[in-house]
Amino acid sequence: MKRSKFPLIISIAVLLFFYLPILLLIIGSFNDSRYGGPWRGFTLKWYERLLTEREIWSATENTLMVALVSTIVSTMLGTMAAWVMHRYKTGIQRAHYLVMYMPLVVPDILMGISLLLLFVNLSINLGLGTIMLAHITFCTSYVTLVVLGRLQDFDDHVVDAALDLGSGWWRIIRSIILPMLGPGIAAGALLAFTLSVDDFIITFFVCGPGSTTLPLYVYSSMKHGSPTTINALCTVFMALTAVIVISGQILMNRRQPVQQLNS
Amino acid sequence: MKQKSKSYIEWLLTLPSFGWLAFFFIVPTIIVFAIAFKPAGVNGGIGEGWTLESIRNLIQPSYPEIIFRTLWISLVTTAACMFLSTPVAYWLALQPAKRRQWLTLLIILPFWTNFLIRIFAWKTLLHAEGWLKHLLVAVGLVHPDTILLYNSGAILVVLIYTYLPFAILPIYAAAEKFDFSLMDAALDLGSSRLRAFVQVFIPGIKMGLFTALMVVLIPALGSYAIPDIVGGASSEMIGNKIAQRTFVDRNLPHASALSACLALAVLLPMIISILTKDSRLMKKGGGKKV
Repeated sequence: MKRSKFPLIISIAVLLFFYLPILLLIIGSFNDSRYGGPWRGFTLKWYERLLTEREIWSATENTLMVALVSTIVSTMLGTMAAWVMHRYKTGIQRAHYLVMYMPLVVPDILMGISLLLLFVNLSINLGLGTIMLAHITFCTSYVTLVVLGRLQDFDDHVVDAALDLGSGWWRIIRSIILPMLGPGIAAGALLAFTLSVDDFIITFFVCGPGSTTLPLYVYSSMKHGSPTTINALCTVFMALTAVIVISGQILMNRRQPVQQLNS
Repeated sequence: MKQKSKSYIEWLLTLPSFGWLAFFFIVPTIIVFAIAFKPAGVNGGIGEGWTLESIRNLIQPSYPEIIFRTLWISLVTTAACMFLSTPVAYWLALQPAKRRQWLTLLIILPFWTNFLIRIFAWKTLLHAEGWLKHLLVAVGLVHPDTILLYNSGAILVVLIYTYLPFAILPIYAAAEKFDFSLMDAALDLGSSRLRAFVQVFIPGIKMGLFTALMVVLIPALGSYAIPDIVGGASSEMIGNKIAQRTFVDRNLPHASALSACLALAVLLPMIISILTKDSRLMKKGGGKKV
């Protein structure tokens, strides 16, 4: 049957639409002129200027610290939540699921302002601590759903068999659940990490003096700073994200055989 | 006895995550609705007692315009995303399995970059010295004095750019499960290609379209950063007003009243989505039992 060319044309246009702005941004970061207009020759001076900005380094440090803490806490909370939802299909777990699902659909700005009001009401000083609390909240929801997705392929009979054979829960967790769920938990943790590194709006609402993260820095330099270095900063940021994502993929692929062996 | 210890374990495992979300999600949401009825205090705090002042302020002349603009920008974005992603999903679903995998990766890849960076990329593109401006002037489509940035049009383009992959993925997931022999059957029976697409394919991917609608419309209604960076003073959305009341005026009750409005606007499609999802799950579960 002859298919219409229309879907193909739209798809190519959409892919161009997706990639052109980013490619032009990367090219612009090596361009000797402002705002990526006409090409004025290759330069690395924007990158050199980046290195001298001390604020970037402290922002990177803050970002990584927040991401690390929120990834660890949300991975533990989310894995536990997914497990209990999978294991007990009671009314409580339906409510549990609903509460976990809601933060994913609520616009970021609502979550940001509601958390800000909570912290103001409790007179908690805004800073890295409040950013971490906020990030743990939304990351937990994502980890839960990712791990819950993996649990759909999980064979409960293995756990039941181990229980019948007199194995203790600690041993079951260590030698059955963690190895089998490992890739799922790692995927959830990776997602939590990237979401935390990337978050701007919620962080913007709950940040305080001295708690500038990278997205906050990018935002303020977009608004007030010199536009020339931002292209370079964005390119570095993109390269970092790419490294995290690709290494995550490699990590997961390497674990794949273990999973296949089990199933 | 066993039942009892089981429910005790269930509670022990449920409590940390449920408690966390209750404290950091449910309680703050209730606070937003409560503070909307509080007076503004001195120094940007929250005053004593209760008042309807912030709610009454919502009928200020500038608000209906902003609410209306937020609605139409979000709806046009959603419509454009769905219109563009349906043919893409259709095309993707017809590709060989191996190629499909890397094509989906190709679609998701640019969206691993920070969303501020993507907005900034568009800002430089639309800027008076940017590539797009130069191109459009060279082709003769726009006058050299036209400003492409800081208007509703710029917001629309960047919103579509940001949310398009989120629309493609659910529609593609539905299209992948669609039985394309139904299309062939319709064509064999003399239907035109367009008619088969509209009357056979579109109903077949209904659920995917519905999910796409939700994942674009809800965040679009709450946009803040995009109108803030590429929009101007005359193209503010509700999100900008909330931030302005919070950070510039330091009027938290007022910001709360606006947020409560936005929450209600978002809640409505969300409840519908959860209800339809639940009934679908129940149907599935019921089917298994039989």
